[in-house]
Amino acid sequence: MSDPKKEWPLWEVFVRGKGGLSHRHVGSVHAADAKMAIEHARDTYTRRLEGVSLWVVPSAQITASDPGEAAALFEPAEDKVYRHPTFYSIPDHIKHI
Amino acid sequence: MYTTDLSGKNKAEAVSEDAAKVAAFEARVANDEFIEPKDWMPEAYRKTLIRQISQHAHSEIVGMLPEGNWITRAPNLRRKAILLAKVQDEGGHGLYLYAAAETLGVSRDEMTEALLSGKAKYSTIFNYPTLTWADIGAIGWLVDGAAIMNQVPLQRTSYGPYARAMVRICKEESFHQRQGYEIMMHLAQGTPEQKRMAQDAIDRWWWPSLMMFGPPDDKSPNTEQSMRWRIKRETNDELRQKFVDITVPQAHAIGLSVPDPALKWNEARGAHDFGEVDWEEFYAVVRGEGPVAKERMQARQKAWDDGAWVREAARVHAEKRASAKIAAE
Ligand SMILES: [Fe+2]
Ligand SMILES: [Fe+2]
Repeated sequence: MSDPKKEWPLWEVFVRGKGGLSHRHVGSVHAADAKMAIEHARDTYTRRLEGVSLWVVPSAQITASDPGEAAALFEPAEDKVYRHPTFYSIPDHIKHI
Repeated sequence: MYTTDLSGKNKAEAVSEDAAKVAAFEARVANDEFIEPKDWMPEAYRKTLIRQISQHAHSEIVGMLPEGNWITRAPNLRRKAILLAKVQDEGGHGLYLYAAAETLGVSRDEMTEALLSGKAKYSTIFNYPTLTWADIGAIGWLVDGAAIMNQVPLQRTSYGPYARAMVRICKEESFHQRQGYEIMMHLAQGTPEQKRMAQDAIDRWWWPSLMMFGPPDDKSPNTEQSMRWRIKRETNDELRQKFVDITVPQAHAIGLSVPDPALKWNEARGAHDFGEVDWEEFYAVVRGEGPVAKERMQARQKAWDDGAWVREAARVHAEKRASAKIAAE
């Protein structure tokens, strides 16, 4: 039977599409260590010029917010419309603002 | 195709679930929202997805074998480089999909074991042999073509990681189909012998390709639930019809024919009528009686066994280095 301790750990892969862009999550790979994770990420996620830089992070090291708390975390932003520039009415003849 | 449910009827789930949670889940899915790994989901949804995604992943991996068979015998360097890239893509597709299934709580090794023990299925199409070079053309054109037909709607499937894997896969599939059709085109324009070889390949791959869409709708017990859960977006028969309508003119355009005497354009329906698939053959292949089913599993088993020492050595090496690093700190 499979022994989870013997499986190579899972790594999350992030790719920078091109210079000037931030790294974006694209998927995951299994690898014994970080160097191998980079090699596997390269072969799996960048066969067609999809990127110029890779990050790999052990999946176990990622802490995610709880979807059950999504309302508590993100909804308050909805009633703070004054955080958006369109909240303020400025007469049309005032330029460059 | 690769996602056709080959397992028969879902067993009635004895799990009692919070009715309010189930209702909220169904509403989200009906609203075309994406479900993500940490979201609550009914157990039957999770199980069906694990089965469907892992079966799809196994199909990508086993699907490397019939084509891998021709890499060393490709007719020239251009074709060899293309075939190598295509087969590598299929390996990548398998990996995207395994990773998507793992987010549902099944491990990679568990999935591999299920494949090797025969518990998990893979697409019936890969249990047919690749006898000539023209088969490589027919596979790219017909088999990848059928795969695309099925996978495009799945880019909007309800489970986020699966949908994202599908987006990546669909981007890569188009090259697969075009290189296959190009092979057929060249053979069809070649010597009479080459043309015969191309026709022979369609004659052998046509019906198995139609089987890839799975049993007829009235014999596909899980379709309704899968459609409701948005893990299937069109029925087997709808997709099969679409495939026939798109593919027949492509065959005729290069002077090849489709081996179906019943095939004929139906003006009133605006679609082709076509003959009945040999479902006895289909179910026999599902049961593991395909012409090269044993060879396929032997090849996967051998790859798994031969790789065991590599997996082990890399793991032990990484552990040693990690503990040496801790000791040095
Ligand atoms: Fe594929
Ligand atoms: Fe493909």
